[in-house]
Amino acid sequence: MITNMGPGTNNNPNQKNSLEVAKKCREHILRMTSWANSGHPGGSLSAIDMLVCLYVERMQVQAEMPRWEDRDRFIMSKGHASPGMYAILREMEFINDDDVRNFRQLGGVCQGHVDSKWAPGVDFSAGSLGMGLSFGIGCALAARMEKSLRTIFVMLGDGEIQEGQVWEAAMSASNFNLDNLKVFLDNNGIQNDDFCDNQMLMGNIEAKWKAFGWETKTIDGHCHDEIKKSITWLDSIKGKPAIVIAKTVKGKGVSFMENNPAFHGAAANPEQLEQALKEIYG
Amino acid sequence: MTLAAPRDGYGSALLKLAKNPKVVVLEADLGKSTKSCWFRKEHPERTFCVGISEQNMVLVAAGLASSGYIPFASTFAIFSERAFEQMRNGVCRPELNVHLCGSHGGMHTGEDGSSAQSVEDLAIFRSLPNMTVIHPADDLSAEELTIQLSEYPSPSYMRTTRNKVPRLYEDKIEELKIGKGVVHKKGDDVVIFACGIMVARSLEAAEKLSEEGIHATVIDMHTIKPLDEELVIAKAKLCGCAVTVEDHSVIGGLGGAISECLISKHPIPIENVGVKDKYGQSGKPEELMELMGLTVDDIIKCAKKSIKRRS
Repeated sequence: MITNMGPGTNNNPNQKNSLEVAKKCREHILRMTSWANSGHPGGSLSAIDMLVCLYVERMQVQAEMPRWEDRDRFIMSKGHASPGMYAILREMEFINDDDVRNFRQLGGVCQGHVDSKWAPGVDFSAGSLGMGLSFGIGCALAARMEKSLRTIFVMLGDGEIQEGQVWEAAMSASNFNLDNLKVFLDNNGIQNDDFCDNQMLMGNIEAKWKAFGWETKTIDGHCHDEIKKSITWLDSIKGKPAIVIAKTVKGKGVSFMENNPAFHGAAANPEQLEQALKEIYG
Repeated sequence: MTLAAPRDGYGSALLKLAKNPKVVVLEADLGKSTKSCWFRKEHPERTFCVGISEQNMVLVAAGLASSGYIPFASTFAIFSERAFEQMRNGVCRPELNVHLCGSHGGMHTGEDGSSAQSVEDLAIFRSLPNMTVIHPADDLSAEELTIQLSEYPSPSYMRTTRNKVPRLYEDKIEELKIGKGVVHKKGDDVVIFACGIMVARSLEAAEKLSEEGIHATVIDMHTIKPLDEELVIAKAKLCGCAVTVEDHSVIGGLGGAISECLISKHPIPIENVGVKDKYGQSGKPEELMELMGLTVDDIIKCAKKSIKRRS
């Protein structure tokens, strides 16, 4: 078996400019949701810059061997951000244009919510919020038992952390001192029905994670420099789990989607798509 | 007749499975009760105690399974229900071979009262695609079936029980196979399909029936899913009437499974011995069995009723 060499050894053959990849990913997100006339563009656009930086510069994964046992894991716990996941998997060549075109269509590998049974490169079947961090703990415990250098990355949504299971997991991760478990929280401030603050006051999110024994850092989740530095920071944390709280904008990059709860689970119509693509490539 | 607790079979099986380095154990603060504590004591490095967090436990187990491990997670049967959706979406849907054991199932749990008396667990877990559902009759079969689960290609739910019950498998252990019912007594007047602690009671009922000249077949349907349809249909054809017996709701458990099978493949009169859509209360196990209609006499009555309906 090929061994994962750990942080700093990302050797993706297509070292690309992350900003350019992010633009392309935004296009995929907008197009696939528009084609399907459904799906979740808002939370995909808020998460995509982190996904791009992780896949392009940090993670050790191999498109030709998506089930490589010692790969780094990426657990998209907020499974409705599937367009974001498929966008980066397309750019990393795990899936192709046809797969993306068939997002949410019968028989397509790009299921409505990310599903490990269907799409290569998807490590976790999500769709029901609050489960991914626990799954990541299982993966991290396995890696530790094997003395593997692989890292388990998890992405959570901010609405998602209203689920009690997230806090069961938060407590467990620090109980097990899991320093191979690294989390990004996509703090875009909007959930399905409305702004998070109108649904459930979550108070000081960073303080809550700290109180559960985590190392924390808050960043601008769209600034690639900050994201990349935060990845290095995550890798530097030993002896406990660490979380990056990324302040993001739901629908980032498309003016009429930005910070607009209406685009949590609604796609752009053809005219809006035209407009959106102009803005992305402005 | 030797008496032993079925849950002990789960604990001793884990100890025997420890020679496989991929076997890991998860607990949610009930390891002393489910008997996974025996494994924990011997193999702490492969035992993960997650505190009182069943939902978390199931997904941690899923993560371990996805990484090539064979996780055995346990809690009380009633609290396994708390992680039902986790089992559905996080385990069965992606086909991760997590083995969940719920101990202290059924009315027989007794004094703890209705909050602890799971009589829905078999029904809810049976409804999940890709799932295997097992309810052994004694400690020896619990041990053997747990060992078989470690190499069985599906997620599973196994219900064990706390109180000591008669050992039925001293000389029959080699007949046990996941998915295959075990015939404990032969007769052609009525077939009794039972599971868990009700198998011993069904045998007792069959003995009494034979004193009246009524000869019953008694089958231990330890695997409720996948159901041994071949055996169920063969015995339905032989006897022409049936009784299902379980310390579980009459809705959706063994009775449901047998009825669903026979209604389309070989319809015959079927009577269900089980909990009639209600909650229990605190009391001694035997008092509750009587209150809920789960006694040897109840089985005898249902057998006679089934025979009468046939003729």
